[in-house]
Amino acid sequence: MLGAGASSLVLEVENLAAARGLRILFEGLSFRLSGGEVLELRGPNGSGKSTLLRILAGLTRAHAGTLAFTAAGEDEPGRHYLGHLDAVKPSETAAEQAAFWARYFGRDQAEALKAMKRVGLSGREQVPGRGLSAGQKRRLALVRLLIEPRPVWLLDEPTAALDIEGRALVTQLVAEHRARGGMVIAAIHGDGFEGSRTLDISELKTGAVA
Amino acid sequence: MSGSFSVFARELKLAWSGGGGAALPVGFFAAASSITPFAVGNGVENLKVAGPGVMWIALALASLLPMERLFQADLEDGTLDAYAGSGIGMEGIALAKTLAHWIATGIPLAIIAPVLWIMLQGPPEASWFVIVFSLIGSAAFFFFGSIGAALAAGMRRGGLLIALVTLPLYVPTMIFGAAGLYAAASGGEWAAPLMLTAAAALFGIATSSFAAAMALRTAID
Amino acid sequence: MAVMSIFANPHRFMAVSKWFAWGFTALGSVVILIGVYFGLFVVPPDAVQGDSARIMFVHVPAMWLCLLAYAFMVGASLISIVWRHALADVAAKSAAPIGAGVTALGLITGSIWGYPTWGTWWEWGDARLVSVLVLFFIYLGYMAIWQAMETPQKAARAAAILCLAGAVNLPIIHFSVEWFATLHQVSMKASNEFKYPMYVVALGYLALFGGLTLLNMRAEIMNTRAEMLAQRRQATAG
Repeated sequence: MLGAGASSLVLEVENLAAARGLRILFEGLSFRLSGGEVLELRGPNGSGKSTLLRILAGLTRAHAGTLAFTAAGEDEPGRHYLGHLDAVKPSETAAEQAAFWARYFGRDQAEALKAMKRVGLSGREQVPGRGLSAGQKRRLALVRLLIEPRPVWLLDEPTAALDIEGRALVTQLVAEHRARGGMVIAAIHGDGFEGSRTLDISELKTGAVA
Repeated sequence: MSGSFSVFARELKLAWSGGGGAALPVGFFAAASSITPFAVGNGVENLKVAGPGVMWIALALASLLPMERLFQADLEDGTLDAYAGSGIGMEGIALAKTLAHWIATGIPLAIIAPVLWIMLQGPPEASWFVIVFSLIGSAAFFFFGSIGAALAAGMRRGGLLIALVTLPLYVPTMIFGAAGLYAAASGGEWAAPLMLTAAAALFGIATSSFAAAMALRTAID
Repeated sequence: MAVMSIFANPHRFMAVSKWFAWGFTALGSVVILIGVYFGLFVVPPDAVQGDSARIMFVHVPAMWLCLLAYAFMVGASLISIVWRHALADVAAKSAAPIGAGVTALGLITGSIWGYPTWGTWWEWGDARLVSVLVLFFIYLGYMAIWQAMETPQKAARAAAILCLAGAVNLPIIHFSVEWFATLHQVSMKASNEFKYPMYVVALGYLALFGGLTLLNMRAEIMNTRAEMLAQRRQATAG
């Protein structure tokens, strides 16, 4: 899935601007990102990192500007969006939720089990969502990325609530994804990823209001 | 179509297991119908006049109850974001969730309807009519209601707005369905009301997902 | 398309609308007064209904306008959804209270007219009456959405969706009530003398609607400007 076309995976962002209500969060954002690269979004809370990710994911509309994901031989490369929230249901068990995502993406149930093991949740399969700690919920949120391989990962605070092992897990997953030619854009606090580019959203803030 | 179908299956399970599923709307339906005699008089003649209509209203209001939670939970815990971010069309999601909730709640409402019907002095022979009309009517109420639910998703206390927005959409179903029930009670012509109620329901099922999807995309934005 | 910049600085609209807004409002008011004067004092009483038919001069044009106002909102909502033009949102929002007011006026005057004519203040079997009542509630729901949503952009989209959903439903509602029975007079065999003042009043209503909607839009835009200035002041101060 990430084979030949991945090296030509490109994200082109031109003059992007985002607004929340009457307030412009940032404007004039332009950059180019290729497959195999990681972009870290930095900046204080409320500076627009999440909004940028949501715009890239197609959830929020940009105020101005354009963005385009392209890959040779594919119409539009698939994206995974991992938001602040974990999308973990309180009444379903961890295993059931992983199994659901496997069905959702049309994958084998074996993939779900593999993913659960990879994120370190084996042993907690039968625990319902409300019984999982915040860190465990975050790990459960990660299984989507593993069950369905897609070239573009948009991650909003992927390491939030995770312990040292959890953060190491995320770092490893990102590194593996990079090696496969995938692209990662992540809003992150604290330690970042090796060899990544950094974009500080607050530097884009013009302070102008419309 | 693995996406929407899997969401449908999940919703069905969640609707049944989470929080007693149909218990609240069914209970409300029964309670609202039961207090009718206190309001319109408990003579048989009074109830024959008012019973079918009031029961139909109670069905509509009971169908409104699950609407507030229809999209709210998924919006709040990020599931809707996950669905949207995966590239799936919101129309399928709206259809899948509404259908699942109708099966989990609307069908029980229709099943209990003949019991309430008899309690309100409706002729027992008409029970089959009552079930059929209630099935079709509750489907219409649920699907039209999903439009209100999607518009009000993300609002605290969206229930009132849902009611205000949805009740105009309910009017045709109210008219045809009640006409059908009265016909069933008096042995009159029920075919035309049945066709028209079914038409209203089909219209709701066919078009509501598009309006609801637009509203959901707005809620996520 | 840069939605916000148009919303923030619709210079052209503000410049052009100033004279039209006040002009139409004044013109409309005057024309309505003239038409109503004619209807009340000049035209002879109706052969069948006597003086009570005079309320028709207020009622019938009000009913025309309530539908026209909604059609205007539907058009604006379509433009909003397809082209995302912020002025369309403002236009629809501004027309709604006027449409709702006219609808209420029409319902009340219709009821007053109905009593001596039909012997009842309301008639549920009348398709037109009931459809207009439902339309009134749709107006209310529409205005409620603007109040209830977090951001103006979300409110605009949700309101546009509701407006269109209501438009699709109105003919169905009309049909479903008609399917029962109707009592409303099929057509009033009114003399020419009756019709002309009514048309005049209708034109006056139209002008007044246009003027008031424009005034509302201007107020809306000025409000938004004021808010943005306040936010800017806060941003630079902090």
